[in-house]
Amino acid sequence: MRAMILKEFRELRRDKRTMAMLIMLPIVLLVIFGYAANFTTDEIPTYVVGPQAEAVTAQLPDLFRVDETTPQGTTQDAKDALRDSKADVAIDTTTTPFTAYVDGSNLFAAQTAVGAFNAVPDEQLAVEVLYNPDLITAWVMVPALIGLILTFIGTIITSIGLVKERQTGTLEQLAVMPLKPSDVIVGKIAPYFILASVDMLVVTLLGMWIFDVPFNGNPALFALGAAIFLFVVLGIGVLISTASKTQAQAIQLAIMILLPQILLSGFIFPLSAMPAAISWIGYCLPLTYFVQISQGIMLRGAGLDSLWPAYVVLTAMATLIFTAAVLRFRRDLAPSARRSGKKAHK
Amino acid sequence: MTWGVSHLSVRYGDVAALTDVSLEVVAGEVVALVGGDGAGKTTLLRSMTRTVGAHAGEVNAPGVAQIGFMPTQAGVWRELTVDENISFVAAAQGVAGADLTQRRAELLEATGLTEATDRLAGALSGGMRQKLAFSLAMLHRPPLLLLDEPSTGVDPVSRVELWRMIAKAAADGAAIAMATTYLDEADRASQVVVLDSGEVLLAGTPAEVLEAIPGHVRVSASRGDAARSWRRGHQYREWVAEDPPAGVARAADLEDAVVAAALAKEAALTTEAARG
Repeated sequence: MRAMILKEFRELRRDKRTMAMLIMLPIVLLVIFGYAANFTTDEIPTYVVGPQAEAVTAQLPDLFRVDETTPQGTTQDAKDALRDSKADVAIDTTTTPFTAYVDGSNLFAAQTAVGAFNAVPDEQLAVEVLYNPDLITAWVMVPALIGLILTFIGTIITSIGLVKERQTGTLEQLAVMPLKPSDVIVGKIAPYFILASVDMLVVTLLGMWIFDVPFNGNPALFALGAAIFLFVVLGIGVLISTASKTQAQAIQLAIMILLPQILLSGFIFPLSAMPAAISWIGYCLPLTYFVQISQGIMLRGAGLDSLWPAYVVLTAMATLIFTAAVLRFRRDLAPSARRSGKKAHK
Repeated sequence: MTWGVSHLSVRYGDVAALTDVSLEVVAGEVVALVGGDGAGKTTLLRSMTRTVGAHAGEVNAPGVAQIGFMPTQAGVWRELTVDENISFVAAAQGVAGADLTQRRAELLEATGLTEATDRLAGALSGGMRQKLAFSLAMLHRPPLLLLDEPSTGVDPVSRVELWRMIAKAAADGAAIAMATTYLDEADRASQVVVLDSGEVLLAGTPAEVLEAIPGHVRVSASRGDAARSWRRGHQYREWVAEDPPAGVARAADLEDAVVAAALAKEAALTTEAARG
């Protein structure tokens, strides 16, 4: 038995990926759940419009962090601020009583705000929750789940499919066929792109049908965001495959990449409730930006004018990651094409 | 047409995988590459497909469209049926129409897979899978066939059938380089190249290789010098550095010759180290 235990430890010591999971994962989970797993919102970005903007701002409790007041602002300005994600609460002092618009697509902030406003008498303040009036969790989760499903297919399924080709020796076979590396790469990735797109469509339609999730924005803009995001996650999947010899290794790596995306993309825990040191990790993850796009378009009907930063970041990520993935995959297919000089081959 | 490599050296980082290796593969002939694990057989074949870069020397091989390659692990797609495997490779190699119909029928007939076209390649026996892989490599009638241990792990009957297919391909004009660990197979090749640690130990026809070893192999009933003798069946073989007596062959077969050549190299290195 001693020999068996010793052998297992020796094998584990040399399996760097498993060691990383054994050591890093508990630490990462501890840090994330200790600091980031926070449903309580301490500060709610607030926008106040209308002639009484300054006076109302002075009376608001600390929970409402007023970033901007516009005394000349209108009701539409207040609603636009929520649609464009500039604030989670917009107080309109042009109406009698004053109206507090709350962004229901930011569930935890909305629940906290509505709870705080309940203490104010109705004759002083009317509260209107926009984009998710009944604060239904599914409405917020379904758009984010679409991103999670795309991530799952893009990273895990794609990397497994590519590694299988290497494990069975057929990647070597493909390298010696009169196929251009681009043919092989596109041929390998296109099916996953199509399947992920079909999955996205099915989940979106099912979410709308089963949970009555609204689709208030532009479907073409949503499809564009999903396509860019798919390039990012497919690129990650290809990169994982180039760094893995077996399917088990690919799954290990994919889980290590998937887990932070689930926990830190704002999908479960609000990014605004995380300490800055943790939330910046979230801002490096592609799912964070797709969640902004999907929730923005589906629930708030947001357009490119407010979502463009998310599109720009995702496009940059797609360009970088997909290019790196294609280059590494090309190297696997034709390793000597670049290294060998003309002298070496007739 | 003659393909091959000339004074080829390949390095993987600091490790020399091949050193100054030359090889000629003539149309209509089979060259057997033999040697133990790590001898450089696979690297030599991969160099000819240009998936491994040369550090020095030259590779004289056609483009991939004119190469048929069978990797160590049978290069078949296990989740595809036999028929789907053939269709995919045909599409990639540009074989279509009547030519494909004829070629598919010929190869299925030769491999005995006619009744197994709907079976998944992963569900085939090892021998059948190797024969399918050989058919895929042969599908586009390449002038150069590179086979990496095509018969390893295959049952004796399938080995015979595979060898028959290889011999037929050579008779039809293909130049074939085949890595193998079976010296009885190498004995049937036109040329044999014995590799050891990336260097050519011996090369020539099987008869030339037998005559090229330094010293000779002595057969005895009892074990001689433990460092230079080995057991074969009920007898012992011992490599001795001296030339054999007149009329006695240096080695009885390729197996003896390959072991003797390796021992001779080891002895030379030991002597050199002792001097140096």
